[in-house]
Amino acid sequence: MANSVWVFAEVKEGKIKKVVFEMLSEGKKMAEKTGGDLSALLLGHNVESLAEQLGHYGADKVYVADNEVLKDYTSDAYNKVLVDLIKANEPAIVLYGATILGKDLSPRVAASLNVGLAADCTGISLDDDGKLTATRPMYAGKAYANLSFSDSKPNMASIRPNALPMSEPDESKKPDVVKVDVNVSAGDIRTKLKEITKTASERPDLTEAEIIVSGGRGMKGPENFQLLEDLADVLEATVGASRAAVDAGWRPVEDQVGQTGKVVSPNLYVACGISGAIQHLAGMSTSKYIVAINKDPEAPIFQKADYGIVDDLMKVVPVLTEEIKKLKAEE
Amino acid sequence: MNVVVCVKQVPDTESVIKIKPDGSEIITDDLKYVMNPYDEFGVEEALKVKEKMSGTVTILCMGPSRSVETIRTGLAMGADKAVHLDDPSLEGGDSFAAATALASVLKGMEYDLIFCGKQAVDDDSSQVGQMLAEMLGLPHVSLIQKLEIADDKKSATVHSQVEGGMAILDVSLPAVLTTQKGLNEPRYASLPGIMKAKKKPLETKDAAALGLSSDSVGCAGSKTMITTMTPPPQRAAGKVIEGEGPQETVPKLVKLLREEAKII
Ligand SMILES: Cc1cc2nc3c(=O)[nH]c(=O)nc-3n(C[C@H](O)[C@H](O)[C@H](O)COP(=O)(O)OP(=O)(O)OC[C@H]3O[C@@H](n4cnc5c(N)ncnc54)[C@H](O)[C@@H]3O)c2cc1C
Ligand SMILES: Nc1ncnc2c1ncn2[C@@H]1O[C@H](COP(=O)(O)O)[C@@H](O)[C@H]1O
Repeated sequence: MANSVWVFAEVKEGKIKKVVFEMLSEGKKMAEKTGGDLSALLLGHNVESLAEQLGHYGADKVYVADNEVLKDYTSDAYNKVLVDLIKANEPAIVLYGATILGKDLSPRVAASLNVGLAADCTGISLDDDGKLTATRPMYAGKAYANLSFSDSKPNMASIRPNALPMSEPDESKKPDVVKVDVNVSAGDIRTKLKEITKTASERPDLTEAEIIVSGGRGMKGPENFQLLEDLADVLEATVGASRAAVDAGWRPVEDQVGQTGKVVSPNLYVACGISGAIQHLAGMSTSKYIVAINKDPEAPIFQKADYGIVDDLMKVVPVLTEEIKKLKAEE
Repeated sequence: MNVVVCVKQVPDTESVIKIKPDGSEIITDDLKYVMNPYDEFGVEEALKVKEKMSGTVTILCMGPSRSVETIRTGLAMGADKAVHLDDPSLEGGDSFAAATALASVLKGMEYDLIFCGKQAVDDDSSQVGQMLAEMLGLPHVSLIQKLEIADDKKSATVHSQVEGGMAILDVSLPAVLTTQKGLNEPRYASLPGIMKAKKKPLETKDAAALGLSSDSVGCAGSKTMITTMTPPPQRAAGKVIEGEGPQETVPKLVKLLREEAKII
């Protein structure tokens, strides 16, 4: 339908990603304005049981493309399914999470359909004519751009995780489930997945973590990151690092936060022994709260931090871990 | 192997970005420009492929005349030749328009492999590589960390970063691969390299040479338009927590996080 709002429902290991619920929450408000319905697109293998939860967050309808060829993500297969669905139903708006997968897929779909995509948006709304507008950081968050779309439909955007507020689920809501025929054969897929190796960490990905504790050169060596791992355990946080810590070989590349690493927007970012170089700030300054622990009172990180402790992190971090443990034990 | 590396010139990551009072665009007067850091990994990987399998490395860059400096950097690193798309009508467009223009050049070239950076650190859009692949009818793999090309040069095995791990996959060639940190350590241009670069072929093309109509490129060919730009939301001045040592400061911090910020 020409005024419906669609949300791509990314699944990871049998679970729907949180950013999907954030997009549905916002999409619901938009669909009320456009007068269309809100639909979710669920692709994978044995995923139909997840449809209900999408309804709880506002999806009126869930398109389910369930097929063996969609078990593991490939850009070719997912692109084909989405393009076919969008062409057949002509939604007004399609939203994706700006996750690794969403960023891989959405530009390909946009190019296939000859339409625009606003990438990694922190805000979206409808203008007076009911057209999508988007706000997105550029220059690593040193500037924000407001975007409008050309007349080609649908308007598409990828949305940064943790950027949009999530509404409370309503478990009484049941979506209509529409099963979709999957016209993809293994031969259409030009990338053959051989293996996925997992990194040991069970923690959420940095880009989606609600709390991040991050360490820099001030950590002095890889062994001291155990202090941050312990703090992360009690906070249920993910551990990040500055480029200095990554380049020193103390932490893996995928842990780097910053302009040439990951851009993160957690609720809480705890920077330990990080000076706050412009490239680092670029990657984390949209965090809701920033705590800095640094022994140098002049470190630029204090200009961005909501709360700062000027002290030796080796002394502060263990006490912080203990205090939070106590607090959690009281609950 | 003929490898094309798409390279963009961007403001140095050290740059302070200021916006014009009317909010139309950023002020470019004092900016220093460099090769997009992610594209350096593509140049390096292309050179590695050439060293192993022979062939050519071509730099493809769209941008105003100042971009020549960045192109020369790529040539000085060791690329063989370059194509520079330089035309005012190509400026100011979105990723779709950029990919359209780059695709039209690539359609007239011979290649086995195309590298793009994960993202250009000016627009931060992370779209051009994937769009280019679609427009050229090629597969793509994002965020590669390792590349091995099969002996018959018809496919490659790549390691690609996925959430929480690494995917190992075979991709048919030609393909578009996007590059990022972890793939390699980009080399610096050597002095002899810089001297040689001056003599390497650099072909400049405008939109007409590509047979592109003016409404398919630049702003006119864009699917998204920037209406206004604003500075980032300002963060309120923070507090440094006073106290004698962690035994005093930390409980205060925890209290603030719980009662004021309400996040733990
Ligand atoms: C093209 C380019 C891209 C870049 N991209 C990134 C990026 O993505 N991410 C990134 O982080 N950087 C990036 N950088 C690097 C950036 O410029 C800085 O060099 C880097 O962020 C510094 O890391 P750091 O803060 O850990 O180290 P430093 O700047 O050395 O700071 C260490 C801090 O630790 C403090 N300290 C030391 N000991 C203690 C202690 N015992 N207790 C408490 N505090 C202590 C010191 O006071 C100091 O402030 C990039 C640079 C370039 C040129
Ligand atoms: N104007 C351009 N000229 C050459 N390559 C470009 C250009 N714009 C983008 N690219 C390539 O596409 C990648 C991703 O850019 P973007 O999608 O703009 O973030 C960059 O790292 C470059 O490899």
